[in-house]
Amino acid sequence: MKVEQISIFIENKSGRLAEITRILGESGINIRALSLADTSDFGILRLIVNDGKSAAAVLKEQGFTVSMTEVVAVEVPDRPGGLSAILQTLDRELINVEYMYAFVERCGGNAVIIFRFDETDKAIAALNKENFNMLEGSRLYNM
Amino acid sequence: MFFNEEFETLPRPALEALQLKRLKSVLDKVYANVPFYKNSFAAAGITPADISRLSDLQKLPFTTKQNMRDSYPYSLFAAPMEEIVRIHASSGTTGKPTVVGYTQNDIAIWSELMARSFVAAGAHKGDIIHNAYGYGLFTGGLGAHYGAERLGASVIPISGGNTKRQIMIMQDFGSTVLTCTPSYSLFMAEEAYAEGIDIKSLKLRVGIFGAEPWSEEMRNEIESKLNLTAIDIYGLSEIMGPGVAIECIEAKRGLHIWEDHFIPEIINPETGERLPEGERGELVITTITKQGIPLIRYRTRDITSITYEPCICGRTHARITRMSGRSDDMLIIRGVNVFPSQIEAVLVGIEGVEPHYLLIVDRQGTLDTLTVQVEVSEHLFSDEIKVLQALSRRIEKEIKDMLGVTCTAKLVEPKTIQRSEGKATRVIDNRKR
Repeated sequence: MKVEQISIFIENKSGRLAEITRILGESGINIRALSLADTSDFGILRLIVNDGKSAAAVLKEQGFTVSMTEVVAVEVPDRPGGLSAILQTLDRELINVEYMYAFVERCGGNAVIIFRFDETDKAIAALNKENFNMLEGSRLYNM
Repeated sequence: MFFNEEFETLPRPALEALQLKRLKSVLDKVYANVPFYKNSFAAAGITPADISRLSDLQKLPFTTKQNMRDSYPYSLFAAPMEEIVRIHASSGTTGKPTVVGYTQNDIAIWSELMARSFVAAGAHKGDIIHNAYGYGLFTGGLGAHYGAERLGASVIPISGGNTKRQIMIMQDFGSTVLTCTPSYSLFMAEEAYAEGIDIKSLKLRVGIFGAEPWSEEMRNEIESKLNLTAIDIYGLSEIMGPGVAIECIEAKRGLHIWEDHFIPEIINPETGERLPEGERGELVITTITKQGIPLIRYRTRDITSITYEPCICGRTHARITRMSGRSDDMLIIRGVNVFPSQIEAVLVGIEGVEPHYLLIVDRQGTLDTLTVQVEVSEHLFSDEIKVLQALSRRIEKEIKDMLGVTCTAKLVEPKTIQRSEGKATRVIDNRKR
């Protein structure tokens, strides 16, 4: 149920994002989802790609600081209150969302949201219990 | 105007005779009382009896900051602790400070030399001296304070910080003389402006600025912004504290070094050879009247040149030019001595931080700023912004705690800090114009 995400440290200076996407493109790696968190000095680029391990390896080779993080991809019913029901479940279990971002592709009629939790396994169990659908990494990487 | 006309204008032959007499006396004392000197003189194959002329001073070995560190805290003291009435210290490179001790007589001489310095700068009895140098282990505050009292002026021991209050007191108490670092004087001017106070209309007449390097351009700026005469003062705790040398208000060309108490030399910092008058090199000072911790040929690491030309003020004491740099890597940031190695020690003490760092010193507006760039390695990297921000804050706090200097930590990508063959570039000082 866990999805592999790569996180990359980037300084806030021009051309860094272009450089990363160029490296990944030349290595035949396809970006499936991305999120950029930033401060005035630096940012963290979070990516889900079709081949996380190779992506991490080529970026490290080019001198970037990269880490792998486990995240969870949850299907969110495309109707009012869809996301709220998921967040309420997590809140009841006292699970914190460190960050979240939307996946580009839809899955059937549903949206997909990527979550980073403070307690990943506990979150998966809680969401399972409430019958929320989570996507396998293998499916996501090739969607 | 003089504080001690007889000694300040002593004809050079008499001054040099006095220096030789005092030099011999201090050499006898350190040879007898300080094992370090007995050993270092022996290693150089010399005894105090071999010194019969002033030029023989060159035969003696140097004393360095490292020697002082190795003698931490009291081993270089030449007087017994019962006679030491004051202890000061300055920052060192290893977290251990450099310690100095003063006898009652040392304090009296320091007070007189500081009083002479005040008078040379144009201050007098009746002045209200606003002393914004820090009071504490740092010699600036107490050194200027005792000199002001010796002069008979009214001293306001305000110390550093709380700028709004400083300006209020300056205004209400009618301060006429300001003593602080040059950059702090400009900061005060800005703060006053922001408060809607015209600092130029205050009673300030003279500013005595030291403890950090500054330029002639900065003097012009201070003089026009504060409407006072800005005077450069030099000192270091190892030798005494503030008041080792000062510009006279008559010439404002070079700092008179009080030669009846100190013998200055200029050396080539690479070879240790003495340089002729006018040539730029490292200032070496021998204290000839100090009892607590006399220093023989102490290498100050400050770069300057010396002239013995007569001065229009009538003082016969030699003048050193404004300090133009350091022969080591010490930085002076807002009056605080900072060695890059100290920052490195703090950084490697934080888990995951690699010693790839770059210090960028700048002057924003009027205050020195320090930015510490640290490379984010894989060990350090977190996927979460708040963790990285906490790391920046921790670096800032630990540097502040250890060195007493405020900085901004900036996380940068790995391998972006230049790795050069040989000597790594650790410092970019943008203050130099």
